[in-house]
Amino acid sequence: MPAWVESQPLLAALMALLGLGLGFGAVLGYASVRFRTEGNPLVDQINQLLPQTQCGQCGYPGCKPYATAIADGDAINKCPPGGQETIDSLADLLDVEPQPLDAEHGEEKEPNVAYIREDECIGCTKCIQACPVDAILGAAKLMHTVIVDECTGCDLCVDPCPVDCIDMVPRKGGIEHWRWELPIPAEQRDNIIASDRAAA
Amino acid sequence: MTTVFDIHGGIHPPEEKSLSNPGEVLDAGIPPTLVLPLSQHIGKPPTLEVAIGDRVKGGQLLAAAEGLVSVPLHAPTSGVITAIEPRPVPHPSGLENLCVELRCDGEDDWLELEGFENWQSEAPETLVASVRAAGIAGMGGAGFPTAVKLLAPQRAPMHTLIINGTECEPYITADDTLMQVQAADIVLGAEILAHILGVERILLAVEDNKPAALTAMQAAAADAGRVCEVMTFPTKYPSGGEKQLIEILTGKQVPTGGLPADLGIVCQNPGTAVAVKNAICEGRPLTDRIVTVTGRALARPGNYRTRLGTPIDHLLGVAGFEPKNNRRLIHGGPMMGFALESADVPVIKTTNCILVPTEQELPTPPPAQACIRCGLCAEACPASLLPQQLYWYARARDQEQLERHHLADCIECGACSWVCPSHIPLVQYYRAAKGMMADSRAEKIRSDRSRGRFEARQERLEQEAAAREAQRAARRAAAQQKAAQGGADDPVAAAIARAKAKKEAAAEESGES
Repeated sequence: MPAWVESQPLLAALMALLGLGLGFGAVLGYASVRFRTEGNPLVDQINQLLPQTQCGQCGYPGCKPYATAIADGDAINKCPPGGQETIDSLADLLDVEPQPLDAEHGEEKEPNVAYIREDECIGCTKCIQACPVDAILGAAKLMHTVIVDECTGCDLCVDPCPVDCIDMVPRKGGIEHWRWELPIPAEQRDNIIASDRAAA
Repeated sequence: MTTVFDIHGGIHPPEEKSLSNPGEVLDAGIPPTLVLPLSQHIGKPPTLEVAIGDRVKGGQLLAAAEGLVSVPLHAPTSGVITAIEPRPVPHPSGLENLCVELRCDGEDDWLELEGFENWQSEAPETLVASVRAAGIAGMGGAGFPTAVKLLAPQRAPMHTLIINGTECEPYITADDTLMQVQAADIVLGAEILAHILGVERILLAVEDNKPAALTAMQAAAADAGRVCEVMTFPTKYPSGGEKQLIEILTGKQVPTGGLPADLGIVCQNPGTAVAVKNAICEGRPLTDRIVTVTGRALARPGNYRTRLGTPIDHLLGVAGFEPKNNRRLIHGGPMMGFALESADVPVIKTTNCILVPTEQELPTPPPAQACIRCGLCAEACPASLLPQQLYWYARARDQEQLERHHLADCIECGACSWVCPSHIPLVQYYRAAKGMMADSRAEKIRSDRSRGRFEARQERLEQEAAAREAQRAARRAAAQQKAAQGGADDPVAAAIARAKAKKEAAAEESGES
C-alpha cells in the first residue's frame, strides 16, 4: 500500500470511487452500444394489445401509429374496437390507471364484418383501395366481394362506396358463437336468502 | 382379474337408473315429421344435397361432409322434404340452426344397402371411409366425428381400444340397455374398430352397477373372434369421463392438453361401436339411436329406439308425459345435461337422455350463497383441479390465472357444484370462462393476421410509391439529359423563349401605337 494512501485517506477514497465509477461507466457504455435494441420494444408490446382493426377511430392511420403515439404519451382510451378490455390491459402494461373509453372516438360495439350487396356493386375499386387489410377482392368493372375471415370490420370501405352497397353485419350471430354467461355472484344479488325470495 | 386404479375425487349421487327399466328397448315409432339439424356433431356443418319437394328413401344422403372434421346426414325413413330453414335445436342457447324437415310417408322404404362381407381383408382406409360416409359421430354425448378419431394411427401407433360402457351419469341407461340387448354387435363393432386402428388390446369397460350388462358383455366377449377383456370397477361419478376411465383402467394419466391417442389409447362408446358395425357389415348409415326417456313426470319411462330428428314432443307423448308434475326438461343427464326451453326440438346423434323430473325429484337449485371456502369442491374434482380458485379467477376474468390453473382440464362433470354447500353454479362459471378464453384466442389469431396483412399492405404501398417516384426521377433525368445535349431542344426553354418573344412583340406593338 503506498504511503500517501495512509496519509491522505479522504483522497484515496475519492480516487477509489472515481475509479469504480469510470470502470462501470465504461462497461455500461459498451453494453449500450453492443446490445442496442432496434426500434422501440414498447411500441411492439402496445401494438400486440391493440385489436388491429386498423379503423383509424383513434385519429391515427392504423394501430401501429397509435401504438407509437401511446408510447410517446398519448391517452390509452381512444380505441373503441378494443373497448375496456384493451384499455385495462394497456393500463396493466404501462402501469397507469385504467380510464373509461373516450366517447369522442366512438362506442364499444360488437364486432362487424362488411358485406357487399353484389348485385349493386359497379366495380369501381374504391373500397378495395380503402381496405387497410386487403380483405376485398375484385377488379375494375368487375364485382367485388369481402373475404369475411380477413375483414376487421373497420367501416373504412363504407364511405367511399358511390352506390352505398356495403353493409356492416354482426360477425358473431350464429349458434357457434354463443357462449355461456358468467352467473351473477351471490354477493351482487338481492334476496340471497331463500325465505326472502319466497316472501317477495 | 386385472387390477383397476382409482381416480381422485368423484361423488356418489343417487343413481335412479332402475326407473327407466334398463334392458328393454321400446320403439318410439315413426313420427309424422322429422326435423334434422345439419349440425349434430363437433366440426363443420355438412352441405345440403337435397331440395324442398324432393322425395327421399331411408338411408339416402341429405347432406355431405364438408372438410375433414364433419359428418354427413342421412334420411332416417322415407318421405318428402318439406322445409329447409332455421329451427330450434337442442342446444343450451335455445337458438335456431339450419334444419331439414322430412314429412314421413310411413312406408319406411329404404335404399338397398350393401356392406362388406369380409371386412377383415379390407384396408383400414377403406373402412374409415365407410365409417365417415355413414355419418357416425361419437354417441356418448360430445359428438366428435368418429372417422377423425380413427385416423389416430397415422400420427402414432395405437395399442389399446377401450369401449366405454361406464355410463356413470345418474338416470341414463341407454348404453346399459344396448349392452344387454346387443352385446354381440358391440363386440363385433369393437373388433372392426380394433382392425382399423391396428390395436392388439380391446378393453370392454363396464361399471359394477350394471350386472346384467356385464354378464351379457362377458358372454359376447367369450364368443368373439379375438381376445376382448371385460373389465369392471366400482361405481363412482364421473368414472366414464374418457381421461378418468383411462386412469382407472391403466393407471396412466392423459397429459394436460393431450389426447388419449398420446398414450396409444382410443376410447369409443358402445353405441358408436354398434353404429360402426352397422356401417361396415350392412352399409347402414347412422339414422337412429337409443334414447333414455326418464323422470317421474312420465307414465312410461324407458329406453326408446328413436329415429334421429324425432321431435322430443313426440317422444314425450309416447312415454306418457304428465305436464302438471314437471317444471324442467333436460337434454342429457342431471349432472352434465342442459335445460331445454321447449320440447319443440328434435333428437340428434348426441341425445342420450331426455330427463323430465318432477319438482320433488330434482328441485330447482336454491339461490347461490357466498363461497365459504370449505374446499369440498377440490376434494370432489376428478381432474385434481382447484375449483375454488378457478371460481375466483373466472369471476375476475383473469385469463392468465385460469390458464395457469388448467381450466382446460375441467371436464364440466358438475361434481364440484353437486357438493357445494353454497349451491354455487361452479360449472357455469367454468363454461363461461372457457368460452371467454376461446374467444380471446380466436381474436388473438385474428388480430395477428390483420397485423400481418396491414403491414404487408403498408409495405406494398411504400414499394409502389417508391417505384412511381423512381419512374418520375428517371423521366426527369432523361429530359434534363436531352436538354443538356442541345439547348434548343429543351422544350421548357423553348416554350419560355416563345413566350418571351410574344411578350416583346406585344410590348413593341403597344409602344408603336
